[in-house]
Amino acid sequence: MVTATHKTAPEAGITGISVQLRNLSHWFDKGSERLPVLDRIDLDVAAGESVALLGPSGCGKSTLLRLMAGLDAPREGKVGADKVRIIGPDPSRLLVFQDPTLYPWRTIRQNIALGLEARGLACEHGHRVEATLKQVGLEGFGTALPHELSGGMAQRAALARVLVNDPGLLLLDEPLGRLDALTRLTMQAELLRLWQDAGFTSILVTHDVEEALLLAQRIIIFSARPARILQEIRVDAPYPRHRDAPELQNLRRDILETLGHSHEL
Amino acid sequence: MNTMSTTFAPTEAPGTAPAFRLRTMSHTNLAAVAAWGGAAAVTAAWPDQTSWLRTSLLAIFEVLGALSLAIAAFALPAERLPWLNRLAPWFTALPIALSVWEMLTAKTGLLPLPFFPPPQAILEVYTDDNGRLAESAARSMILLVPGYLAGALTGFAIGVAVGWSRAVSYWGHPILRFVGPLPATAWLPIAFFFLPNSWSASTFLIALSTLFPVAVLTSSGIKSVSSSYYDIARTLGANERFLVTRVAVPAALPHVFVGLFMGLGASFAVLIIAEMMGVKAGLGWYLQWAQGWAAYANLYADLVLMALLFSAIISLLFFVRDRVLAWQKGMVRW
Repeated sequence: MVTATHKTAPEAGITGISVQLRNLSHWFDKGSERLPVLDRIDLDVAAGESVALLGPSGCGKSTLLRLMAGLDAPREGKVGADKVRIIGPDPSRLLVFQDPTLYPWRTIRQNIALGLEARGLACEHGHRVEATLKQVGLEGFGTALPHELSGGMAQRAALARVLVNDPGLLLLDEPLGRLDALTRLTMQAELLRLWQDAGFTSILVTHDVEEALLLAQRIIIFSARPARILQEIRVDAPYPRHRDAPELQNLRRDILETLGHSHEL
Repeated sequence: MNTMSTTFAPTEAPGTAPAFRLRTMSHTNLAAVAAWGGAAAVTAAWPDQTSWLRTSLLAIFEVLGALSLAIAAFALPAERLPWLNRLAPWFTALPIALSVWEMLTAKTGLLPLPFFPPPQAILEVYTDDNGRLAESAARSMILLVPGYLAGALTGFAIGVAVGWSRAVSYWGHPILRFVGPLPATAWLPIAFFFLPNSWSASTFLIALSTLFPVAVLTSSGIKSVSSSYYDIARTLGANERFLVTRVAVPAALPHVFVGLFMGLGASFAVLIIAEMMGVKAGLGWYLQWAQGWAAYANLYADLVLMALLFSAIISLLFFVRDRVLAWQKGMVRW
């Protein structure tokens, strides 16, 4: 395990949350039929680790994140956080979606303060909102409304909205999927920096092989629906990684082969 | 002309312009001033077929129209002039229409009395019967405002409950679907029978007419809130109270305002009918009273007053909406 070995400055005080998935299966009811989504998944994520979940679109990765967030309960098997069974959502395990889903009627500052407000901490910890705005590079945009922000800035605000709560587990559901190519590159570096600084466990769902290779210490490859784990790949290259590094190129080839896209090389 | 100079010298540097330049009027402003002057001439110089009390007062108002437009064109600061220029066609059309009406009625008698009173007859209503009109307007407001507010608040509360709770929706939604389409006026005989006086019966009907659209729009607004808004708040530690008051209600507000607007229209209709049927006071009653005396000038004067009052109330609602929903992108203005 390479957990935390390459981290430059893990912040004291905040510790990541470990995740345990045990024989996890899930399905949706579609009329009288069952639509299987997840198929007997076993996975352990260590505290502070950065893991990417890679697989074809619509294979059930997002559902997996929802189960880890506690928004849905699994049909079979167990989901645990720090070896305690997850029974509901908790501000220590937070989700970032593909869409920023900022509340359009709230200013950026009010959006970021949402979690503190919901838990009655807004007065005591109000100063953290400013610090987080700065952390994601949105100083001066506190009073802006969401529709006034570009896609990349809105996604930064969505990140700030979860980071201000000091989550131990960050569940990222294709957070850069809607951004243009250049903004994506900047945001990838940003995500890496935030993870290195803050010390949370990061689980990133993506279907971008390169993104997984740049950010994750471990890549879990899923099959098409119902999702099963096809392969686990450890990425030991030190951060920051360069997309053209030969070892990453080799891993990329392996991954695409597993996903059945070797002809696209 | 102003328009000419701006067309041909758009690049004139501010430094080269003379310190003071006599401002000239644009074509459109000039036309408006001329139209008001013309209308005044028609009113004053052309003798009436039958004598009207307020013909000279009408002429004075028309002269005042011409004068105030001319003064505005010279005295307004330059940045306000586009506003005047934009409205100038309206300021021109208005006196022309007034003159045509004047000529068809008072001056030639082409349109028969008493159905087509001249403008000065309506002016006479405002100068001579303003007490009764003001009292009628006040009585109408005393019915409308409490009824509308009660209906809006109840409708909002019902809408939030139906939109949020499955149990309330199970029972409440079919009732809204079944009873809602009944026009509030259909309850009129029952309301006047069961409630102690005509004021409470009318207030109840106005509230009922407002309640239905507000409740339906509020509940559909709350039901259509994106589930990811709730997911976000739930993971961040929100309880149910927070989800309702800080997520569901603000997200549904654009729908709520559509309901409030529709409810306002319905409440105007009920107000007038209730006043005609039972209340014996107010602007609706005044309509019937004027008709009974074949006082058509009073009738038209009342209609104009109603239009002013009701559109002012709607403007007030939209003013509030524009403030509350200022966060919306590309909002349609009233």
